[in-house]
Amino acid sequence: MITLTHYLILTGILFSIGLVGVMRRTNLLMLFFSTEILLNAINIGFVAVSKYYGDLTGQMFAFFIIAVAASEVAVGLGLLILWYKRNGSVDLNSLQMMKG
Amino acid sequence: MFEIIAFYIFAALTIGMFAIVVMSRNALYSMSALAGGMIFISGFFFILDAEFLGVVQIVVYSGAIMALYAFGMMFFDTTRDVSEKMRSKKIAYTLSVISAILVVAILCAPLVSENIQASYPSMDNVGNVQMIGIVLFTKYLVPFELAAIMLLVAMIAGIVLASKKMDEYLAIEDDEVEEAKEVK
Amino acid sequence: MEKYLYTALFAPLVSSLFVAIFAARPKMLFTGIVASMLIAISMISSFVLLIDVNTYGPLHVTMMDWIAAGNLEIPFGFVVDEVSVIMMVTVTLVSTIVHIYSIGYMDHDKSFNRFFSYLSAFVFSMMILVMSDNFVGLFIGWEGVGLCSWLLIGFWYHKHSASWAANEAFIMNRIADLGMLMGLFLIYWNVGSFQYDDVFASVKGMDPVLLATIGMFLFIGAMGKSAQFPLHTWLADAMEGPTPVSALIHAATMVTAGVYLVIRCGELYSLIPEVGFAIASLGAFVAVFAASMALVNNDLKRIIAYSTLSQLGYMFVAAGLGAYWIALFHLMTHAFFKSLLFLGAGNVMHAMHDELNIKKMGGLYGSMKATAILMSVASVALAGIYPFAGFFSKDKILEVAFNEGAYFLWFALFIGAGLTAFYSFRLVMLVFFGEKEYVKYGLHPHEAQPFVIYALLPLGLLAVIAGFFEHTFEGFVTRLLAQYEIHIEHGTEVLLIAGTLGIALSGIAFAVYMYRRGGFPKSWEGSFGYKLLSNQYYIPKLYELYIMRPFSALATFAWQKIDTKIVDFTVDLIARIIYSTGQNARKMQSGNLSDMLRWMIVGMIVLLTLAIFYRPMV
Repeated sequence: MITLTHYLILTGILFSIGLVGVMRRTNLLMLFFSTEILLNAINIGFVAVSKYYGDLTGQMFAFFIIAVAASEVAVGLGLLILWYKRNGSVDLNSLQMMKG
Repeated sequence: MFEIIAFYIFAALTIGMFAIVVMSRNALYSMSALAGGMIFISGFFFILDAEFLGVVQIVVYSGAIMALYAFGMMFFDTTRDVSEKMRSKKIAYTLSVISAILVVAILCAPLVSENIQASYPSMDNVGNVQMIGIVLFTKYLVPFELAAIMLLVAMIAGIVLASKKMDEYLAIEDDEVEEAKEVK
Repeated sequence: MEKYLYTALFAPLVSSLFVAIFAARPKMLFTGIVASMLIAISMISSFVLLIDVNTYGPLHVTMMDWIAAGNLEIPFGFVVDEVSVIMMVTVTLVSTIVHIYSIGYMDHDKSFNRFFSYLSAFVFSMMILVMSDNFVGLFIGWEGVGLCSWLLIGFWYHKHSASWAANEAFIMNRIADLGMLMGLFLIYWNVGSFQYDDVFASVKGMDPVLLATIGMFLFIGAMGKSAQFPLHTWLADAMEGPTPVSALIHAATMVTAGVYLVIRCGELYSLIPEVGFAIASLGAFVAVFAASMALVNNDLKRIIAYSTLSQLGYMFVAAGLGAYWIALFHLMTHAFFKSLLFLGAGNVMHAMHDELNIKKMGGLYGSMKATAILMSVASVALAGIYPFAGFFSKDKILEVAFNEGAYFLWFALFIGAGLTAFYSFRLVMLVFFGEKEYVKYGLHPHEAQPFVIYALLPLGLLAVIAGFFEHTFEGFVTRLLAQYEIHIEHGTEVLLIAGTLGIALSGIAFAVYMYRRGGFPKSWEGSFGYKLLSNQYYIPKLYELYIMRPFSALATFAWQKIDTKIVDFTVDLIARIIYSTGQNARKMQSGNLSDMLRWMIVGMIVLLTLAIFYRPMV
């Protein structure tokens, strides 16, 4: 039997994979990919909870997360293009102008 | 039975795909793996009786978002292998392992999971799509409208940011106006 | 009637505050005139109150509640009974005259306005002291007069000696105030209230040892204010202040505050006669001690200061032996002739261009007749010659000592009377008669302005006639204070009076005789006795060696080793820790997105941990 716990453990694993990606990647585009992984992991979690408690709230939330992710990608890629045009590189270490 | 097999296959595949995304040096491989992972996640949604969401996942994520990433990748020079020096790997891995344990511990704690009650319970005779439609347009109407506005804004922002000459100036100079009038 | 009370109390305050507005400006004559007028108004109110108390009895008002904390209740209350109204009249009368005198004396001083502000503030504090109906109000006035005394002694603050003298006065007073505070604490602890009525009602039932302790502590406070041995050195040094200050504060008012305290607590002290006897013995000792130092001193104001010290001793003898009304009477008459002496000395100083050494004066009678006559009258009153005021009051004190059987005290006071007469007339002879020494120094003395002399006339008059009010005074004051019966045979009494008069007259005669002929041989100045007396028995030197030096060494140690190294170090350490934390935390802001993402995840882990362990759920 697949219980909620299985799904939640899966969510946790996927989330930590996303975290590794966020910490590890220095290419900005890859960083965005990792962010997508995080969001998708959460989506699985929400829908799993929704199914096992018979509540539609989880699915609605996942729905809105997808919408948000879409707009985030649009804006994020736009900014990335601008940055690339200005600096010629999408490496994270070239983004280091705001040194404290 | 069927469900168990499907779950484990999809889980293994998803984890594998996302691992490739995170670990690979080739950008193209990462992107393709991401697209694959998205589709398997959609599979998860179908197992969990969220058909509408599964379809939306494929359409929006694998269709629109990955296409956007693909176009973005064409823009940047990504044929070269991305060489990254990762600093202090140990810290990164430790942190993520710790956070994974914590998240799981929180979510699986029996106290938390026993007190949840459904606020929008799904009814059995109605299909998932109809159910989502009912809830979306009655209870979640305002977030829906707001999400629509947000998407509009994102679209305009994307166009503005990425079009030509946008990094130079955003307003027409006076002499250009004169030029435009003379051309006419 | 209450409005007279408030007028008498607050007119000096109004004067002080009003003049304070102009304190930093150059001399404005009207400030002196306004101040004098307001003090005169206070004096008139005091006289009205005197008549009123005589007719109707004491007046008691409570102005407002001040402290009401738990069981401690201290209101701002004022009482005008027989004792306080006598003090009020004395204080305001002398203050008015001193104010008018100061208009002339401080004529060329650039801090003219500031002087009047301080002087009026002093009068206000003194009024609070005598009019208050509880011990805490008395203490407030006590501290207020101490403060104003400091301000006034150190009036010419740029003179180092003046500042030093002011500090000495204040610090000595403060040391004594500690004793007084202990007494106050003991009173509160055992009675539960500070009001005079409550305290004196409950003293009758208290343990004698406790009463003796309270009495001793309160007397320690009085010792500081009235400069009894060993806290006496400040009085002579306080002559650094302007002469009107010496006249007002160190002759008539502040130094008598100690005597007032003992008189006011008469009901307490009459229950502990041993402590009273100790007080009287100390008083007698001081009387002779101070008189001996005045014998050889050459400083004009210091002689008069020692004279004050000596007379204070007399007052304490009377108060210690239970004859409170006699002490009060001597206080009043002494205020008149002593302030007259000081003010006259101020005239002399002004004429001599602030020269203080009487050996450099002489023969001033020719140029300053009015001052000479007034000072001579005051000196005669001080010496205690019939019919001047001093005779009545001083003589009564000697009778009291005899009556109590304290023959040794009587003898000391007897000798003291002789010494007093001698040094007073030594002063008069050396200043006003004899060789005109001042010619050698090229000085041209002139009399003071007329209005100054007219201001001094009331004091002169009172110095002459005040003694005749003795019986009225006794009847008036003993309504509140204890009666004192003197049981001496009439024959012995006449003998005593004759003896006292005799020694006083012989002292005067001796002084006149010696100084007519040019004074004592110069060789006496090298003798041990002379040196001892002129160095004030080396007591200031002793204080400096054994108290001031160790204390200043201790203070330096505390400053350098403790304050700088420990306290400052700790405070700086805290600052340095914060600063270095900031420095190190700055490295978090590397600008590198990857780093920032890692910090974000660290933060997330922290929050998750907190969510597990501090869950505010069921």
